[in-house]
Amino acid sequence: MPIIETKNLSYTYPSASRPAILDVSIKVEKGEFVLITGPSGCGKTTLCRTFNGLIPHFYQGELKGEIIVAGKDAKNHPTVEMAEHVGMVFQNPENQLFALSVEKDVAFGLENLGFSREEMRKRVNWALKLAGIYDLRERSPHEMSGGQQQRVAIAAVLAMQPEIIVLDEPTSFLDPLSAEKIFEVIYDLNQKLGITVVLVEHRLDLTAKYADHIIIMDEGKICFDGNTREVLSKQETRLIGVGIPKATLLYEMLKKEGARLSNKTPLCSRELADIIQEALK
Amino acid sequence: MSVFDGLKFRKIYSPVHNLDPRMKFIYVIIVFAVAIIFSSMIPLVSLFLMQVPFVMLARVQKQWLRSLRGAMFLALFIFSINIATNFFTQGYTLNAKNIEDAATMTMRFLVLVESFSVFFLTTSPDHLGLALEQSKIPYEFSFAFTTAVRFVPVLAEEAQTIMDAQKARGLELEKGNFLKRIRNYVPVLIPLIVSAIRRSLELAEAMESRAWGATKKRTNLYELKFHRGDYVLLALTIGVLIVTIYAFLYVPIPTIRSFFGFP
Amino acid sequence: MLVVEDVQFTYPSGVEALKGVSLTVKDGEFVAIMGQNGAGKTTLVKHFNGLLKPTRGSVRVNNVDTSKSSVATLARHVGFVFQNPDHQLFCETVDDEIAFALKNFGYEQCIIEKRITWAVNLLGLSQYRKTSPFMLSGGERKRVALASVLAWDPQILVLDEPTIGQDHRQKENLRQFIMQLQTQGKTIVIVTHDVEFVAECNPRVVLMREGKILADGQGKQILTNPTLLEQASIVLPQIAQIFKHLTTQGFPVNIIDIYEAKNLLMEKLEERKHECL
Repeated sequence: MPIIETKNLSYTYPSASRPAILDVSIKVEKGEFVLITGPSGCGKTTLCRTFNGLIPHFYQGELKGEIIVAGKDAKNHPTVEMAEHVGMVFQNPENQLFALSVEKDVAFGLENLGFSREEMRKRVNWALKLAGIYDLRERSPHEMSGGQQQRVAIAAVLAMQPEIIVLDEPTSFLDPLSAEKIFEVIYDLNQKLGITVVLVEHRLDLTAKYADHIIIMDEGKICFDGNTREVLSKQETRLIGVGIPKATLLYEMLKKEGARLSNKTPLCSRELADIIQEALK
Repeated sequence: MSVFDGLKFRKIYSPVHNLDPRMKFIYVIIVFAVAIIFSSMIPLVSLFLMQVPFVMLARVQKQWLRSLRGAMFLALFIFSINIATNFFTQGYTLNAKNIEDAATMTMRFLVLVESFSVFFLTTSPDHLGLALEQSKIPYEFSFAFTTAVRFVPVLAEEAQTIMDAQKARGLELEKGNFLKRIRNYVPVLIPLIVSAIRRSLELAEAMESRAWGATKKRTNLYELKFHRGDYVLLALTIGVLIVTIYAFLYVPIPTIRSFFGFP
Repeated sequence: MLVVEDVQFTYPSGVEALKGVSLTVKDGEFVAIMGQNGAGKTTLVKHFNGLLKPTRGSVRVNNVDTSKSSVATLARHVGFVFQNPDHQLFCETVDDEIAFALKNFGYEQCIIEKRITWAVNLLGLSQYRKTSPFMLSGGERKRVALASVLAWDPQILVLDEPTIGQDHRQKENLRQFIMQLQTQGKTIVIVTHDVEFVAECNPRVVLMREGKILADGQGKQILTNPTLLEQASIVLPQIAQIFKHLTTQGFPVNIIDIYEAKNLLMEKLEERKHECL
């Protein structure tokens, strides 16, 4: 049974004239690393918000169709109930941290859920270590860099031990180096702990290599949905205006001019370099 | 303003900094009570001097002096108002009693500034927030407090950025008469307010996503516990209170002016 | 022309943000200032319109010493577009927003009208003239902020992190727009850590680190120098990364253009094919 399944999901914001997402039917299996991408305004942020119930409960408006997340009907469970199963990390690092110390922030969700102090301590330390910020636990959020702040947000979500973590453009405000580090942390969580990851991103060159499953949206509809390599090798994706990794484009160009290269479409520079090395043996 | 310097928390380590904020608050309340009970100079001055070793123990002398200096202006104001009131309501005479009464009022004010200053200088906002959380006050209020403190530096920076952005479009904040200057701030206030609203929506989303309001019985990662030092402070403060009540009831306190032969 | 001479700048908090920076930007140049957060990029560009005045050293804009000039005066020559458009927008309509600076600079109403029309057409905002900027999407608000700065036609344009939050198409549009402005003779300075964007534009690149200039030269040279980039904590552009992994095959490292890369690779692959036959 897929851990996220939607059937003909449509949603219109209360003051909007057109639906933000239309007829969206997707399936995400447990343990997958899914990448959702598309031009600005394509509905990817809206879709994310349906996974933990922010839509329709926080945003109001009408949500049509079916959506089952971690075995629950997200339409009928408020975010508070979904929070233990679906954790969400948002775009702006600063606006997700409320406490005056990192530790307290990471414990925030657990405090809300009424965990005992001993259990909280254990989980907080565990989450801090996984996110690589155990040494920063007594710092205040304002004195940290954007990358560090996002790690605190990830740890805070992790502490609640959800089955799914959804990240909505978490590296928008970060420089590429910090962004890379964040993606490594997320991939690690996916591989080591089996947490299902749903990542909304523009930077495919940094993220495509981690994802088994990619969903490309445009104007509220799903345009492509499938295995990352298969989807990104399709010519039609070039028309949507997503940032296809240069390695993939270059590979295509070489193939078109008759180069004899392996059939595995590269998703990052390293993979293309390996293909070229193979061909030059 | 230097009086505010005396209220900003300083991250130093002293025995006073480690004291439980709730106990320090009790100390402030009792000092307040004692200051109200006495209306003569000698006890008030002693109360003032008694706290000085406390200030030195907290290693915040410099900032504390600065706050007193800042409070001097207000103190002078209180002194003058009292003198003036006495003058006009007691038959247009200026005698030793009036002067001493006004001085007493001023002294009371200074004693309060002193104790509040020590409280705020030695209590971090986190500690304060924690004390609020553990008290009977509903969690929403302590959350509002700590979140506000957390975002003050963020908002300050944002205000500066907005001012820079509008100055870069030719806005001259200092130009014009009083009315014009107020209008000049509209391009700074509106983005600030809009940004604050957007920020609070994002914060609310994040809070919801982390199970805000899941149970009524919210637990806490930290716990404030009373230690030996807190009990020492309590004992001293209660001691002072007992001496005060005894002195007030049984010991006749001479006025300063009586030493100089004034009635 | 912008001349920065041995500028040092320390914030009131005591942080030494610039430790002796010298730079000259000629008219019509396109410069990208890059470096890690905290390297001093934004601090440096804030000196160009007088928002910050050097603690030591001098900054001259068209021969005017910035320390003796007000921000409002300098702003006429140096237009500054901040990272977050929401830090500027406050008017009821897009028209008013664009008119704001023009009014501040004392333009006459008829000229203001003309300038607004011009700016609005330039950035494709004609249908939004009477709309409230708060009702527009993120990308549209960015365009309004840009229009409001271009309206007074400053010779020098400074863009602080213009690519943040933009999708692929928006970045492409921005790149073409900057090229267009350049052909009109404008001096463009962008502060960014978007290596891919800079690689596509291939401008002059000034690399900063800890308050000093680490390197200053052609984009292609600087963005493919792994040592420099590592010192400045910047990642290599994608194409250069491919060649970094292929140095053992005898490929040069300084490639950032995809077509150049394709030609080079095809050459080598054809060679190999012939060798095998």
